[in-house]
Amino acid sequence: MADVTTTAPEARTLPDDRPHGWRRFLYSTNHKDIGTLYLSFALLASIVGTFLSIAMRLELHEPGLQFFSNPQYYNVFVTAHGLIMIFFVLMPALIGGFGNWMVPMMIGAPDMAFPRLNNLSFWFLVASFTLFTSSLFFAGAPGSDGAGTGWTLYPLLSTKGHPGPSVDFVILALHLAGASSILGAINFIATILNMRAPGMTMHKMPLYVWSILITAFLLVLALPVLAGAITMLLVDRNFGATFFNPQGGGDPLLFQHLFWFFGHPEVYVMALPAFGIISTVIATFAGKTIFGYLGMVYAMVSIGFIGFVVWAHHMYTVGLNASTQAYFVAASLMIAVPTGIKIFSWIATMWGGSIAFRTPMLWAVGFVFLFTVGGVTGVVLANAGVDRVLHDTYFVVAHFHYVLSLGAVFAIFSGWYYWFPKMTGYMLSETIGHVHFWVTFIGVNILFFPQHFLGAAGMPRRIADYPDAFEGWNYVSSMGAYLSAFGALIFFYGMAEAFYAKRPAPANPWGPGATTLEWTLPSPPPFHQFEVQPRIA
Amino acid sequence: MSVDPRLEPAEPNGGGPIYQLVEPSPWPIRGAFSALLLASGLILWVYDLIWPPWIVFSLGVLGVATTMIGWWREVVREAENHEHTPLTQLSLHYGMLLFIGSEIMFFVAWFWAFFNSALFPADQIQVVRDKVIGGVWPPQGIETGDPWVLPLLMTVILLSSAAAVTWAHGRLIKGDRWGLKAGLICGITLGIIFTCVQAYEFTHALFDYSGNIYGAVFFMATGFHGAHVIIGSIFLSVCLLRAFLGQFTPTEHLGLTFAAWYWHFVDVVWLFLFAFVYVWWG
Repeated sequence: MADVTTTAPEARTLPDDRPHGWRRFLYSTNHKDIGTLYLSFALLASIVGTFLSIAMRLELHEPGLQFFSNPQYYNVFVTAHGLIMIFFVLMPALIGGFGNWMVPMMIGAPDMAFPRLNNLSFWFLVASFTLFTSSLFFAGAPGSDGAGTGWTLYPLLSTKGHPGPSVDFVILALHLAGASSILGAINFIATILNMRAPGMTMHKMPLYVWSILITAFLLVLALPVLAGAITMLLVDRNFGATFFNPQGGGDPLLFQHLFWFFGHPEVYVMALPAFGIISTVIATFAGKTIFGYLGMVYAMVSIGFIGFVVWAHHMYTVGLNASTQAYFVAASLMIAVPTGIKIFSWIATMWGGSIAFRTPMLWAVGFVFLFTVGGVTGVVLANAGVDRVLHDTYFVVAHFHYVLSLGAVFAIFSGWYYWFPKMTGYMLSETIGHVHFWVTFIGVNILFFPQHFLGAAGMPRRIADYPDAFEGWNYVSSMGAYLSAFGALIFFYGMAEAFYAKRPAPANPWGPGATTLEWTLPSPPPFHQFEVQPRIA
Repeated sequence: MSVDPRLEPAEPNGGGPIYQLVEPSPWPIRGAFSALLLASGLILWVYDLIWPPWIVFSLGVLGVATTMIGWWREVVREAENHEHTPLTQLSLHYGMLLFIGSEIMFFVAWFWAFFNSALFPADQIQVVRDKVIGGVWPPQGIETGDPWVLPLLMTVILLSSAAAVTWAHGRLIKGDRWGLKAGLICGITLGIIFTCVQAYEFTHALFDYSGNIYGAVFFMATGFHGAHVIIGSIFLSVCLLRAFLGQFTPTEHLGLTFAAWYWHFVDVVWLFLFAFVYVWWG
């Protein structure tokens, strides 16, 4: 890697060829600018999403109703927190943000295949967020504003239970977010399949690029099914159709099947790019190439594939017959195999490496630990018999927060600390980064680990109050939430400090372990790189 | 992974530009906010929250339509200026295939709704639903038309239309522009006839859209297909217009290729609708 300095290709780009003023971002056709837009959007949305979760933990801090005199508003907060974190924080950051920034550079291309479509994807997301925010201010369930349906939008709660326009705003917001993701996914697939520099065969592609490729296929295949399902919801609500209304021969379970046919791949849409980031970061800071590259690639492919055939493990308690449940148990448990391959490959990559515990690596190791905890509780929940007891309890909440809120978010922070120097040209403070990591790591574990105990003891989710018996662990959990929120403040402080101190970042601040192509470019990179195709050795 | 500085950069386009790098464009943001107006306008209209109730919705439709026309005119202009490098053209192929793939998955949702009822009409744990459907499909009390009259006619029309479009495509490749135009005119006309027959079918159906699952599934599945026929007809009409303007060459005619692909996709969806909705459970 040392022999690779920035060579001829990008030098052709004149320094002043980038558009200026507001048009640069509003009319952007540049993958880095659009990536920056995505990351900023995700950052703003995450503030809203975190505020909502703190409000919920404040309510659950002690038994009784403290802040939500009408508990339906608690349900609205739950719904908004879930939808915002999934559609407006995790997906925009992991795919739109880092994907846009890094994929073209990693494959040696100057930009995405369809730069205008790329911008359309981003602005669709803004339009979608506007619609979603509007939903909070329109009538939902009788006597309250906003949609308190949960992010799953199950009928009949979302049809007869919410007669006001609020749920329609949510539905159309999801339509636009879905269109955004489908178009973005098509763009990524065309870019990755078609714009790799000569010499970069599929089996030489960085694992992050692979993860985005597989994620994009999941999006193209899963989101249209959600679009169909919520269109049925829309016509049931407004035009007298009876897809989900038994009184017209409809079937409420149909919605659950369609929703989870989308919803389960959606889980991997958030997990796979996180896997890609973690593989990149761990290989960099272990100073080794990733252990079992091909195994890692095909583990992701098989996770993506199996992810499509396990959806009904979200529906064990709805009355599926025993053999159907048996199938979904077996299929779901099978996902543990490729996931195990990934976990052990990460460990084997670190094994015998000279590990540098820089900030991105701390987050990556934290990810491996937390994702494993979430994966193990997932194996527990995949069993239909056990799920009878744990379904819709805080055990489930703890499980999916360990894989998403701790797993995917840790991967975002890992990627943020890893690529921040490349994106901005400034170095972050290692000290602040370390403090941020440890505060967050301790905070989220205090926050979510006790929820396993609450769930096993039978505390149901999505309810604003609980019996006094659950007081102790809820108190602990809320304390963890406040600590985690304090961690987020440290994060913002660290970012502000970096922009204030302006410590210039070299092209490759991470040393010989950082082997992907973005580190061969200056920090920050030129407006368009690799306009003449480089050859990959 | 590293850039090899010893090798000359690759130049697969004979020294010409490899990539098409586009200028900043106003269309995406206009399109997105028009879609926002369209979506919120729909809700404002349905709930009668403003006056006149259709105003925001109409602005949205106008915005989306003008964005589509403006944006695609720009793309056609770029094509005519030969700005689409071979690599861009290949990317466009991938893009169109994936778009059609996503459309197929959209129809999977509607077929799922159909098979959910047609294959399992007698799920006795759902008491109310079971009473309404009566354990048979089509549900008790629903009278459907004869599949071998109108639906068969529509099948013949649509398949002939697809044949005409394929023939037009073949004539263009042979350099026969008269054949291109004639084939497209036949294809589009048959498409419009299909839409008219479907309108007749819808207005003369013996069951309602609202109040029963059969009507919901039938009208939404065939209705979305019908909407795609109309979109495909417009797509082909744009190609016809471009043919009359002297555009498309025997080797470069992505717009026509994609319109033909889209038309065949619409065709195949119809064959599934015909086989299962009309014939098997008709």
